[in-house]
Amino acid sequence: MMGEMQKADPGLYDYLPYRNRPKIEWPDGKTCAVWVAPNLEFYELDPAVNPHRKSWAKPHPDVVGYSHRDHANRVSHWRMAEMMTKHGFPGSVSLSVALCDHIPEVVEDASQRGWEFFSHGIYNTRYSYGMDEAQERAIIEDSIETVERATGQRIRGWLAPALTHTPRTLDLIAEYGLDYTCDLYHDDQPTDVKVKSGKLTAIPYSLEVNDHYGFFIYNMSPREYADTLIRQYDRLAEEGEMSGTVMCIPLHSYLIGQPHRIGAFEAVLEHIAGDGRAWVTKAGDIVDRFREQTA
Amino acid sequence: MSLDPSYLEYPKRGRGMDHDYYPYSNFFERPPLQWPDAKKLLIWPVVSLEYFPMIPGDDPFRAPGHMQTAYPDYRHYTAREYGTRIGIYRLLGAFEKVGAKISVATNGMIAERYPELIADILAGGHEIIAHSTDMNGTIASGMAEADEKALITTALDMLEKATGTRPHGWLSIARSQSFSTAKLLADAGVSYMCDWANDELPYAFQTQAGTLTNLPLNHELSDRQIINVQQQSVDSYAEQMTNAADWLIGEADKFGGRMMPMHLTPYIMGLPYRIAAFEKLIAGFAARADIGFATGESIVDNWRRQQ
Repeated sequence: MMGEMQKADPGLYDYLPYRNRPKIEWPDGKTCAVWVAPNLEFYELDPAVNPHRKSWAKPHPDVVGYSHRDHANRVSHWRMAEMMTKHGFPGSVSLSVALCDHIPEVVEDASQRGWEFFSHGIYNTRYSYGMDEAQERAIIEDSIETVERATGQRIRGWLAPALTHTPRTLDLIAEYGLDYTCDLYHDDQPTDVKVKSGKLTAIPYSLEVNDHYGFFIYNMSPREYADTLIRQYDRLAEEGEMSGTVMCIPLHSYLIGQPHRIGAFEAVLEHIAGDGRAWVTKAGDIVDRFREQTA
Repeated sequence: MSLDPSYLEYPKRGRGMDHDYYPYSNFFERPPLQWPDAKKLLIWPVVSLEYFPMIPGDDPFRAPGHMQTAYPDYRHYTAREYGTRIGIYRLLGAFEKVGAKISVATNGMIAERYPELIADILAGGHEIIAHSTDMNGTIASGMAEADEKALITTALDMLEKATGTRPHGWLSIARSQSFSTAKLLADAGVSYMCDWANDELPYAFQTQAGTLTNLPLNHELSDRQIINVQQQSVDSYAEQMTNAADWLIGEADKFGGRMMPMHLTPYIMGLPYRIAAFEKLIAGFAARADIGFATGESIVDNWRRQQ
C-alpha cells in the first residue's frame, strides 16, 4: 500500500501553458533575469552512511572525489569569484552551511562581495533521504542559525543537499518562512508552489546548464559549455520580450574555476553583461519582483 | 524507518579540514614562488607507463583501461601494448625534440619486462615515479595494511633494481588510496606523492610516519579524461592546455610561479593521428620564454627550498 506521503503527482503547482501568459516585467525593461548560483560546498572525507545513498563512488577515502571538491575552497573559488566580480555578477550561493565552521574565509569572501546565501544542507555528503520530521526540522533550523551567525543574513531559499528531499521538505521550508526553492525544474519563469502554510516560490534553477552537467554528463569542452550558456541566454532574452524569463547559471568552482575553463567562461559573462537585455541580479530580488506582479 | 540519530551528529564540524593530513590554505595568499630562469610556468609532463596483465584483478577494484572482455581479451591487451612499444617512443621523441625532461610513472613490472625501454628513459635524463607493481596493484580501504605495504615496497624494489635509484615519487593507480597509504609511503622513504588533486602547487602532507609532499596531478587535465572519458578531439585537448597555460601565466604575474601538470597515456596520445597535434602543442610551449618543462622531483625540490 502506498504511504500517505506518496503520490503519483506531487501536486506542487498548476499547469500553465507557455502561450499567452501574463506579462512579467523586470526592471528597466530588461527581458531576462540572470542569476549566478555558485555552490559553496564542503564534502566530508569519511561521512556517516545514509542507507539510501552512498556518499562517494568509491570506498572512503575517495581521494579524487574529495580532493577535486577541496580544490574549490583552496584555489578555484577565489578564481571564479574574482571573475564574477570583475564583470558585475553577484552570486546567490547554495551553501553547505558547515562551510561557515570549516572554512569561514570562503563564506566571508562571498559575504563581502554582497552575495546572497541560501541553504544547500549541512554538508553535501549528508542526505535528507530517510529523515523523520524532527530530523528535517533540525537541519533547517541549523541552516538558518548557522548562516545568520556567520553572515548576518537570514536565508530565504533552499537547494536540498545533493538534491535529496523528503515529501515534506517544501512544506517545512515554507513554514520556516523561506521564500524560494531551487529544487523544481519545470519552468523558465518563477512559479508559486502549493504548500501547507506560508508562501513558497520555485525559482528557475537549471540542471541542464549546470557546469556539472555540461562537463560530466554531456562531456562538453570549456568552449562548448560557454557556447551553450550564450545560446541559452540569447533565447531566453528573446522570449522574455513576451513575459520576463529567468536564467540561472549554477556553478561549482572546482569545475568552472579550473585554469582550462575560466577563460572560456569569461566570454559568457562579457556577452551577457554587454547585451543590454539582462537583469543581472540575485535570487531573492527575482522572487520579490515576481511576487509584486502576481500577488 | 527514520535515520539513525547519529546521522545528525557532526564530530568533525569545526575550523579547518575534517582530517589532519593538511591545514586549509588559500592558494592566492601564499608567498610567491620563484622558478629557475625566471620561468612563470613550469609544465610537468607525466607519462603513465602501465602493464595490464591479461587476467585482470578486481580486488580492490579493476584499474581504468584494464581488460574488458571474456578471456582472452586480445583487443585490450594488445592495444595497451601498443602504448609500451610505439606510443611511449612517440612521446619520448616529442619531448626530446623540445629538450624537455619529464616524469614517467612506471609500473614495477614494466622495468622487469622491458629493460630496454627503461634504459631509453634514463638515457633521456627523465625521472621515474613509482606507479605500483602492475595494473592489478590497485589500493583502496579494506585492503590489509600488510598487503598494501608489500605492494608499495615491491614496486619500489622492482624500480630500484632496474634503475639503480629508489624512486622519490609515487602515483597510485587511479590516484586511489586507503587511509594508510600516505603513512606507508612515508615509511617506505617516498618523499612525494601525486594522488591528491586539491591544489595547483606542492604542499606538505602529514602522516603518522612523517611529512610527505603532495604534488597535485590535476586529473581533469589528462589525455585520458579529455580524450578517452569525455570523447573530445586532440585539437580540443591542445586548446584547453593552451588556455590553461595562458591563464596560469596571467596569475603568475601577480601571485608568483605556477605549475601545470600534463598527464599523458602512451596508448591514447601516442597514436599516429594525434601525435602531430601534440608535438605542435609542446613546440609552442617550448618556444615561449616564460614557460619551462620540469620533472616532478625538480618542482618539489624548488618548492621545498622556498618554504
